[in-house]
Amino acid sequence: MPITPITSVPDGMNRRHFMSHLAGAAALAAPATAFTNTLLANAPDMQKRHKAAILLWMGGGPSTMDIWDLKPGAATGGPFKQISTSADGIAISEHMPLMAQQMHQMAIVRSMSTREADHMRGRYYMHTGYVPNPNVEHPSYGAVIAHELAAQVPSLEIPPFVSVGGGSVGPGFLGMTWAPFVVDSSGRVRNLDMGIDQTRVNQRLEMLATIEKRFIGEERGGSARDHAKVLDRTIKLMTSDQMQAFKVDQEPEEVRERYGTTGFGRGCLMARRLVEQGVPFVEVDLGGWDNHQGIFPTLADNKLPELDKAMSALVEDLVQRGLYDDTAVIWMGEFSRTPNINGDGGRDHWARSWSVVVGGAGFRRGVVVGETSSDGKEVVTEPYSSQDVMASVLKSLGISLETTFTATNGRPMKIANAGRVIQDLFA
Amino acid sequence: MAAWTMSRTLCARRVTCRVASLARLVALAWVIALPVQAAEKTPSDFGIPEVRVINDALRAGWADARLEPSAAATDGEWCRRVYLDLVGRIPTLAELDAFTKDSTADKKQVLVDRLLGDEYVDEFARSWTDVWTTILIGRDTDNEMVSRPGMRQYLRRALSKNASYDEFVRELVTASGTNAPGASNFNGATNFLCGKMEDNGIQAAARTAQVFLGMQVQCTQCHNHPFNKGKQNQFWEFNAFFRQTRALRRFDGGNDVSSVELVDQDFAGEGGDPEEAEIYYELRNGLTKVAYPVFVDGAEISKSGYLPGTMSDGTPYGVNRRHELAEMMVASPLLSRAIVNRLWGHFFGYGFTKPVDDLGEHNAPTHPELLDTLAEALVEASFDTKELMRWIVLSEAYGLSSRTTRGNSADDPAMGERPMFSHFYLRQMTAEQLYESLLTATRADLTGDAEERARLKDEWLGQFVIAFGTDDGADSTTFNGSIPQVLMMFNGPLIKAATETGKGGFLDSVATSSMSNPQKIDLLYRAALARQPTRREVTVANALVGAREGDVTAALQDVWWAVLNSNEFIINH
Repeated sequence: MPITPITSVPDGMNRRHFMSHLAGAAALAAPATAFTNTLLANAPDMQKRHKAAILLWMGGGPSTMDIWDLKPGAATGGPFKQISTSADGIAISEHMPLMAQQMHQMAIVRSMSTREADHMRGRYYMHTGYVPNPNVEHPSYGAVIAHELAAQVPSLEIPPFVSVGGGSVGPGFLGMTWAPFVVDSSGRVRNLDMGIDQTRVNQRLEMLATIEKRFIGEERGGSARDHAKVLDRTIKLMTSDQMQAFKVDQEPEEVRERYGTTGFGRGCLMARRLVEQGVPFVEVDLGGWDNHQGIFPTLADNKLPELDKAMSALVEDLVQRGLYDDTAVIWMGEFSRTPNINGDGGRDHWARSWSVVVGGAGFRRGVVVGETSSDGKEVVTEPYSSQDVMASVLKSLGISLETTFTATNGRPMKIANAGRVIQDLFA
Repeated sequence: MAAWTMSRTLCARRVTCRVASLARLVALAWVIALPVQAAEKTPSDFGIPEVRVINDALRAGWADARLEPSAAATDGEWCRRVYLDLVGRIPTLAELDAFTKDSTADKKQVLVDRLLGDEYVDEFARSWTDVWTTILIGRDTDNEMVSRPGMRQYLRRALSKNASYDEFVRELVTASGTNAPGASNFNGATNFLCGKMEDNGIQAAARTAQVFLGMQVQCTQCHNHPFNKGKQNQFWEFNAFFRQTRALRRFDGGNDVSSVELVDQDFAGEGGDPEEAEIYYELRNGLTKVAYPVFVDGAEISKSGYLPGTMSDGTPYGVNRRHELAEMMVASPLLSRAIVNRLWGHFFGYGFTKPVDDLGEHNAPTHPELLDTLAEALVEASFDTKELMRWIVLSEAYGLSSRTTRGNSADDPAMGERPMFSHFYLRQMTAEQLYESLLTATRADLTGDAEERARLKDEWLGQFVIAFGTDDGADSTTFNGSIPQVLMMFNGPLIKAATETGKGGFLDSVATSSMSNPQKIDLLYRAALARQPTRREVTVANALVGAREGDVTAALQDVWWAVLNSNEFIINH
């Protein structure tokens, strides 16, 4: 009985490789050792340098004028003081003392000015470079970067887009193959084991492939084929040793301590491990920035220490392990918060003047780009948008900005919505 | 040309008259019928004028766009989808057989009547309680301001008695009382608003407008809408209706919230004058403006912040702002349009607009006349949403195959095209539908307390929910066709239970029955997929029996696992 993969053109691996997965099904009795063999064969491939990006997503909209662009003395400034950093002339919040020692590795863009101040819309816009549109779903950073970079590590058996602790934004018209693989910060992936021997697993998969392909052949629409593609990815991942990358508990205790024993700390550590394994895109979520009430104690006692520890440890580790020159780090939320402090001691949604932080890969380091007014309410230099940041991140990774996708509706879509590279971020 | 003339006629009609009677509906059907006389054969309308209106309007659209509709779905396919869409699960074998073996001409209508009638009232209520719970309070099970059991209890009752939609909206928008079952003054309907009253009820205003009126106003909180007529003042004028309302936490003696009470109180206004209780909001340029309650159509109510009362001389004063709002909402054409669009989207996978809860002027519907006509017909039918469901599922388009043809493969909204409904669009079952369908397929014991079952389902759903923790209470799900879902279907406890082979269980009872092996495989296919296996599928299944060395139960377990994991099972087609 001839065996063909569930999808007629398997994604991300060559045909022979795929067939070896299902070999057991063909013979209905053969031992299935294909998985471990391919891993070993591809081990040298792991040594090769590959590009990657880590997005530290600050869900809820962090107040960047209390973190990266302080206005001490202004009525809008709030109570935080600024401290000098390892980068000449750059000062940040006193509650970020560890990051202050890493600022020579980072670049702050203080002249972000966007229009989306609703969570859903802002999250979509900052993740995709496009405002929501009823007729087309745009791919997010993770989907775009995974799509462009997955080929550089052909031996990768775990998903090329991992989202830790949050749902990120989907793959849009690039299709479910590029959807985020969502895990919580414990790194525990549920339901990995079928509890039966591999031969029988393969026989079940043969039965499944028969039903699956018949239904696809009836031409009822794309989601039937998408389902099969995701099946293929799942089968690949289930027995992969690369899943060890999710197990942050394998790290020495002192390392875990340095990142912080918080969800975000574990997530950042996992991001480092995943990038080391060859994953081209990892998003790590830190929520809790929607501070409409009592913002200053929340930031000082809770959010900023958690952020500071994990982010600084991540940057430090990436540099120390020689990964930083190939790994872009992006820190941002969907928007920022009002310069005016409201009656509940909070700050509300604000998209007009705010900051994002980038570092690593091809970015210039230890610089600030752009400037806001003395009360923080206006950008006084050239304003930058989500698509400009996205274009810059892609450039830092060596991804061509001439890349054009064809959206599902047949329309050509320029990568990063034709954003302009922020020139000051590059030497 | 004929079609073009027709749509012009319809446009004129829409502008000139807003209230339709049944007689006029029929007349309209005549007008639309003209251009499609050339089409093959007239589909059955089961003698229901609204069904005919839908059929004729969609046929006109197909003629216009030169689309050929797909063939009719098979009986098995149609039966499976109508059970999924109306009662939230696939049909049992007995239900499927009863339908497919029935050869009477009106069997579809009979089945729909049964599914919407007393016989299935509990299942209907359970399924739509799931749907409305997600719409009203999302999937996050970890919000102390909301009681999911309270919300569900209210919904089950309202849906069991088939409360009219206007009454349903009134109850949700004006609810006061305590949100958790068992607390004194319990009113489960309060749960819609209980978790949305923070920050002066910004979310209460935004979500009420979005869910019930199809207006996305959340952006106009901060600025005028860039694409439509939405102005910042409208957001705050709408928000002003919620300023008498407070959500008060009740504690269990410790630090945990045991319930939340939604109460109306006199509102002094931010200017301190309760006679003219105003609120303030800030323009982007920093100027402060004043707002009073004004409905989206410009209708104003008393500016008083006092709740209704009577002075010592008998003069009444005051106003309950939420009560006034609810009355204006149920009288608004936006309300009926929004629910028609939402339900159309439920049954067809796509509404007349995308998303279904955005009917703003920047987002033109695909079939504006049909949307308006159905909205008017729903009002005529006293807001009985079961009537609307009946019209939709008995329509020709709902009965079409999901198999595309060369003549209509271009009609693919998944590719960004505007939906023309010339074939049935594939969609993945919701997590709730999958859960219930697995129980059905394995003949699980479904007796027992509805709330306990809902709680177990919530617990299971929890693994897929990611809450964003933002003020809009938004969440997303990994039950979206991605790897975690496939892993759950491959290896999760629910599938382990569905495929278990213990004595007296489903697979055991099939395996030990007197049927032949092919008959057993046939039964599994019909139970899950509402069709018989192909010859090739039987061959592969028989190979499994061989591989299991004659252990039929184990072989059936493998087949069953494969069937339940297939695209064909999890996709409503």
